[in-house]
Amino acid sequence: MQCQQCDKQAMFHITELETGDVRELHLCEDHARVYLNQAEADSQENESDGTGGAVGVGQTAKELSEIDQRVCEMCGITFFEFRNQGRLGCPHDYVQFEEELEPLIANIHGELKHTGCRPKRERSAEDQSVLPESTEKLTSVIGMRKEIREAVEDEDYEVAGTLRDDIQKILHQWHAEESKE
Amino acid sequence: MKFEVLKSSVGEWLKGTGPESDIVMSSRVRLARNLAQYPFVGRASEMERREVEEFLRSRLTKTSVGSRLEYMDLGGLEDLDRQFLVERQLISREHADATGARGVAIDSAEQVSLMINEEDHLRIQCLHSGLDLEAVWAQIRSVDEEIEAVVPYAFHQRWGYLTACPTNVGTGIRVSVMLHLPALVITRQIDKVFRSLHKISLAVRGLYGEGSQAFGDFYQISNQITLGRTESELISQVADVVPVLIDYERRARDFLLEETERNVHDQVSRAFGILRTAQTISAEETMQLLSRVRMGVLLGLVDDLHVSDVNKLLVRTQPAHLQKMKGIDLDTKDRNIERARFLRSYFEAGSSGEN
Ligand SMILES: [Zn+2]
Ligand SMILES: [Zn+2]
Repeated sequence: MQCQQCDKQAMFHITELETGDVRELHLCEDHARVYLNQAEADSQENESDGTGGAVGVGQTAKELSEIDQRVCEMCGITFFEFRNQGRLGCPHDYVQFEEELEPLIANIHGELKHTGCRPKRERSAEDQSVLPESTEKLTSVIGMRKEIREAVEDEDYEVAGTLRDDIQKILHQWHAEESKE
Repeated sequence: MKFEVLKSSVGEWLKGTGPESDIVMSSRVRLARNLAQYPFVGRASEMERREVEEFLRSRLTKTSVGSRLEYMDLGGLEDLDRQFLVERQLISREHADATGARGVAIDSAEQVSLMINEEDHLRIQCLHSGLDLEAVWAQIRSVDEEIEAVVPYAFHQRWGYLTACPTNVGTGIRVSVMLHLPALVITRQIDKVFRSLHKISLAVRGLYGEGSQAFGDFYQISNQITLGRTESELISQVADVVPVLIDYERRARDFLLEETERNVHDQVSRAFGILRTAQTISAEETMQLLSRVRMGVLLGLVDDLHVSDVNKLLVRTQPAHLQKMKGIDLDTKDRNIERARFLRSYFEAGSSGEN
């Protein structure tokens, strides 16, 4: 969905309830920030109801630009790119940007913990608050593929070959574990 | 080609059967899933996208559900064929309009569809006629479990199923029901109803047309939140509100019959008259008139026509369906003429004569 005030992806879907009237707003990060700051200034109540804690709201420009420069070590996406497109780059982003995503997710869902179904192989590990080991290992493949591309560009075919073998090992290991079940 | 079959049939969800199918057109659940070892679709290179497609395709054939499905490579299809699948609700418009390696696997009943490389690597959709969320959930859950056994889903203990957009993270579930609410529209109560739905964080959108300007009084209600509640809770959130809406719509229909029967009957008859005789007609007008006629059928004001006929016409009068039937590309003007011709001949032939 597109932002109502520009061409960017709408990241914030805000439903305003005012004296019997409902307004729906679909805004990109930047316009949502402007809107929410405005709304906060308008109403004197300053409760921590989620919206005030959203990324980009109530943070200084310097803090924001620091956050924007953070990079996912696997897929290479910056937090700035994510904010612009409204789409994350890879599963590892949820680990890499966990702290930055928290207020955003709280704003969208009002909750910060999954309580639904889980894949069978993850059910035993319910107490961990991290990526399961198998997923963690598999997401590292994303970074390795990037390294392969870089190695090929540098004509370092030996490194590229080793990385390819490593990827195969990780994938084979997963398949082996899967077929054991 | 599979399209020959699709052309002459209609999906299970259009049969107009199932509980409350006078008001509830269809029930749908969609799950967003991603592979752990690849970047999300939007960030994947073309080669990675191809690998994702090949990986999922080959893995799906190892499941019993996958072997029952017909796979279509969307990149290799004509625009018109992709559009056709959108009208059939088997793929999303975004999926049709995207570029790069992507595909869809569907079953012959058109209840299950697996979209590969949509916004997420895999989107599982299950669609039934009428109000049937429990059965839809049971079916999609078993499909998901079969796939999860052969595919490494990206999953996080805290965030659940990881998705390209944080609005889908957690369960990755979107539960929706499509409702036909003509009497609430006519009696101008529809806005009030939607306002109350927004308060409990359910999304409403018109099925056809843009934004709140819905053509034909078809509305889709769905959950917005996906994290921090179980799938059952999210399904209930939608399911619990449906009987209330059904009740409102039934009461509004009764009211129309009691207070303004002559007027309603007149509107329905005129709508039917135009559909039977028009020489050129737009998709929007067709939708609006079919909606009136559908209500008329259910109120017993139209003879010799079944709800399933109207449901079928709603799909078969859409642009890609008309062109596939005709076998050639048509511009808007010619489509409007062809649509009118198709409607006239459909009603002349006698509605129950076919399919
Ligand atoms: Zn904007
Ligand atoms: Zn990443």
